[in-house]
Parts: sequence; C-alpha cells; structure tokens
Amino acid sequence: MSEITERTPEAVSSPGGRAGGPSPLRTALGVLGRQRELTVFVVAVVLLLYFGIRYNSTFVSQTNLSNLLSETAAPIIVIAIGEVFLLICGEIDLSAGFVYTFAPFLMHYLIDFYGWPAWPAIIAGLLFGAVVGWFNGFLTVTMGLPSFITTLGTGFILLGLTLTTSHAYPANVPASSVGIGRWLGAAPWSQFIIAVILTVIFYIVLTRTKWGLHTIATGGNQLGAREAGIKTGRIKYGNFMLTSTLGALVGLQTAWYVNTIDPSAGGYQPMFYAVTAAVIGGTAMLGGQGTILGAFLGGIVLATLINGLNVAGVSANPLDIVFGLAILLSMIANVRLARLRAAGRN
Amino acid sequence: MTTEPTPTPATTGAAADAQGDVLRAEHISKRFGAVRALHDINLHLGQGEVLGLLGDNGAGKSTLIKILCGFQPPTSGKIILEGKEITLKSVDEARALGIDTVYQDLALINELTVYHNMFLNRERTRFTLLSNRSMRRTAQEQLDRIGVNIPSVEAEVAKLSGGQRQAIAVARAVTSAAKVLLLDEPLAAMGAKEGSMILELIKDLKRQGQVSMILIMHNYGQALEVCDRINLLQHGEITFDKMAGDTSVQELNDIVIEEYRRALEERQRQEGQQQEGQQQVS
Repeated sequence: MSEITERTPEAVSSPGGRAGGPSPLRTALGVLGRQRELTVFVVAVVLLLYFGIRYNSTFVSQTNLSNLLSETAAPIIVIAIGEVFLLICGEIDLSAGFVYTFAPFLMHYLIDFYGWPAWPAIIAGLLFGAVVGWFNGFLTVTMGLPSFITTLGTGFILLGLTLTTSHAYPANVPASSVGIGRWLGAAPWSQFIIAVILTVIFYIVLTRTKWGLHTIATGGNQLGAREAGIKTGRIKYGNFMLTSTLGALVGLQTAWYVNTIDPSAGGYQPMFYAVTAAVIGGTAMLGGQGTILGAFLGGIVLATLINGLNVAGVSANPLDIVFGLAILLSMIANVRLARLRAAGRN
Repeated sequence: MTTEPTPTPATTGAAADAQGDVLRAEHISKRFGAVRALHDINLHLGQGEVLGLLGDNGAGKSTLIKILCGFQPPTSGKIILEGKEITLKSVDEARALGIDTVYQDLALINELTVYHNMFLNRERTRFTLLSNRSMRRTAQEQLDRIGVNIPSVEAEVAKLSGGQRQAIAVARAVTSAAKVLLLDEPLAAMGAKEGSMILELIKDLKRQGQVSMILIMHNYGQALEVCDRINLLQHGEITFDKMAGDTSVQELNDIVIEEYRRALEERQRQEGQQQEGQQQVS
C-alpha cells in the first residue's frame, strides 16, 4: 500500500535526508526538504499576508481574527488531528462530523431530561465519541470492512439518531453547562487555544512516543509491523476512538460557541475540511506518512480561504468554486515543491 | 561445538538440554484444511550451530519458520527450547524467549529511520517519551560492532539498498539478545557484492558464537559455505540431514534433480491419462 506513496517522487519527503549538492539552489532546496510542513507554512503565510494587506482593516480586526482562528480553523484542526493519525495507519473516518452533531444533543438529553449535572454529561458526550470510535474499530479491524464503508454507515446511523431523538429541531444549550462551556468553547479565543494545546500534545504523541511510531509502522508496512509484534489492530482501534472523541469535543465546543444545539451542524463538511487540511499539510492518503503540524497549518490555510474570501466579498454562490480552485492550487504547489525537494536532495 | 558461557541459574534454569541442543522441534505437523504443509518434522539445532534449511518452493520451509517463531501454531508436535517445552502464542512471546526472525518480506518500515527500525517494538523510553538519542547511539554502536556499513542511522530505511536493509534486519534480531535466529532467505534478490556482505555478517556472528541460526537458503554453494549442517525439506518432510562437510553441491543437486524428474514423470503420466480420457470421450 505504502509502496505506491514511497516510490512516487512527490511523496518522498522527509526530515533527516541528506542535503543536496554544493549549489546554493540545491542547498536552499535541501533546507526546504528537512521540513515537510514548510510548503503549507509558506502557503498559509502568503494567504494571510494577501488578505491582511488587501483587506487590512476588516481582515486584521480582533473579531475577525478570533472568528477565523476559533470559529473556523479550530474545529478543522481538532478533527484533522484525529484524521492524521487514522490516515497514517491506513484508515479514514467519515463519521467524525456526525459524532460532532450528536454529542451536544446527548449532553442536552442527559442534563435536561435525566437531571445529570453538567460535568458528567459533558464527559458522557466525549465518551460517546470514544464508543463510536470503538465501534468503527470493531467493524474495520475485527470484521474486516474497509473504513470508508464502516464510517459511512455509522455516520448515517448517527445522523438518523440525531434527527429522530431531536425531531430535527434545535435545542437550547443547557444552562448548567454554560459556565464550563465558556472555558471550553464559548469565549472568543478558547477554541483556538485548545486547538493549539491539542496540536502540541498530539505532535509529541506522533513524533516522540511509541504510539506514534507504531501508528506510522502500521500504515507503512502492516505485515512488517505485525511481525515485529506490534498490535496493529489495537493501534487502529485507538486512533478511531481518538478521532471520534475529538469529533465529539468539537461538536460540544461549537454548541457552546453558537449557543444553540443544531441538528444541521456538523455532518460531512467539517470532516472533509479536516481531511483536506491533513492532506494539504502533507499527510499521505495511503498511509505511512503524515504530520500534525502540517494539519494545523492546513487548517489555517482553509480557514483563511473561507474567511478571507468572505471578507473580500465573494458572494456565497461562486464562493465554493473559488474555494475548490484554491484547494487544488495549494495542493499542486505542495506536490510540485515536494518534487523539487526530492530532486534537490538527490 | 562451542561451549556456552556458564549461564546464571536465575536466567536459564536448564540451559541446553542433554544433547546440547538449544532448540528442538519434535513431530511437528501443520495442516491448512485438507492441505498437509508439514508432516512429522523432527529438527534440532545445537548451541552456536548454523543449520541450513533447503527445499523446493512450497516444500514447507516458510511454514516451519513461521511455526518456530510463534507466528502460527503447529497442528501437532512439540517445540523444546533449552530443554523445556514451550508453547508459542505470538511472535512477541517467542522473541521474549529468545527466538527471533528475519523475514523474507523484510519486516522493516520504510518510513522510519534505521535506528527506529532497529528498536521497533522495544523502543527505549523515558517518561513515555522516546529516548531517541540513546537509541541512535546504541544502534550505531551495534551496527559498528557487527560490521554493517550504512551512511547514517538517521537515514530512512526506504533510501537504503536491499543488502543494507537485510543487514539491518539481521542486526536488529541479533542485538535483541536472541538465542535462536531464524533467517528466511537472507540473500534473496541480492547481488554478489551485497550477498557476500550478508554471508560475512553471518560468519562473523557464528564466530562470536552467542547465537544459533536456522537459514532458509536456495543457493547450495552459499549454504555449504556458511552452514554447519544441512536439512532438506521435501513435500513437508525432512528427508535429508547431514553435516555440511559430509555433503556437496553435487549431492544436493542430484537429489533435487531427481525430485524434478519425478515431478515431470508424474505430470506426463497425468497428461497421458487426460488425453486417453479425451480420446475415449470423442
């Protein structure tokens, strides 16, 4: 599986490779090659500068920046963290956005209908994510379904569950949870700060712990990893549970942020944004390679586009055309630069 | 045969058993449904010995190795390590007991560095974080000691040649304090230069005498060069067991040519029968 990514030149990019020959261009490309995240970093900076200079007063305002980073970027980043782990070990989760939808409803039911205090209800919402992740793992790892299908199925079930139990009506955020919710999502910068904290934590988990190493090994060479005694099934279960739990967290945060629990929130869009952010950031769709920092920057790139195009006054209807083109362009830049890097190194 | 350094009683109750064998397989059979992959295999490996396992494709060599390394259980039979019967439920368990394997399909992870591969699944950690510096240093020392030359332990395995990768896989197994090393075609798909590097590595390990090895080989010349003893596996049975000095490439060739000849006759006979059958039908 990873063989394909391995052999294509654009996918060969890694830290630790030897720097290129003596020419200054090659040296510069060699430096670029050390950090896979650098391309997406450059794209993010260019976009931020463009919108910042062109639409100075509106784009750089405090409210707009907190909107961009907290409301738009943070949910993408947090779900992308989970998707990076899953993509690296060779799986994907399409259902994360539906856990997002249902988790705040579960909290609402537990507090308002069953009289639970806020904290246990919030934790139950997050645990529900973990259970969905476990179920995705069970179907994928134990029953042997492809995760694309597994999570498509669980996604539909969760959507149906949300619509049936809520009768497709929005609900108010339970009053007792609002205080906690301020810290976790409602205050202007809290979502982004939490996203940064999670990025740092999971950056370390991926690059500096056995779990991260074994996740890469599972996606890079599953048979080899298993022969080395790594429990690849357990790695996948764990990463499914991580992704769904993060999906639940984002759902709760968003409910507090917009101060309503909406059955039409979540769904496929945040999940696809997250996968896009991961891939723009340099995570291979076929497993074995990926970076958390790249996904973080990918999330910033997407959010800057969404927010910036709005600020620029691109009207709602053609917005998606521009957005789609922008994703493709940044991806082409990514692939091209990676190819140059590989050339620079050899 | 080299004498084993006196083991501390705490770690190895009864060391090598009465015959001085570190590993013995007794009456091992393996079936996959109706297919008989192995039948009543009896195999022994002396302390410090290098045993060559030869045989046609599909004779059951890899199946036998997979059983000895705990990857799959035998249908029946016993495995005895240092005089004690053991049941291997997993590769992990076998490795913990000191039986380590280097696979044909190379269990290295392309995306990881050399030193991470060498420490795969027995990483050193401090407060749950990987101790990369310590692993890097040890990996370099270990590779230097057994004479494996690679540009850098920080290189990604994907960037190394087949021989270098094989050497790292062997080094990984050796340095995990293995008592018994199982090598599945250590010279497969390798040029003369790289192959000779691996042969040297195996000979060096033999001289150091701490590890006993079973090698699956295809090239009889190479097998006789490094092995102390040769076992030939045919149709799931060991049909030949001689010291390397008592046999020759010629003898091994003759046995295999005989096997080919019989297979050819068998096929001609079947085709003959089919043709007769068709003629009768028409």
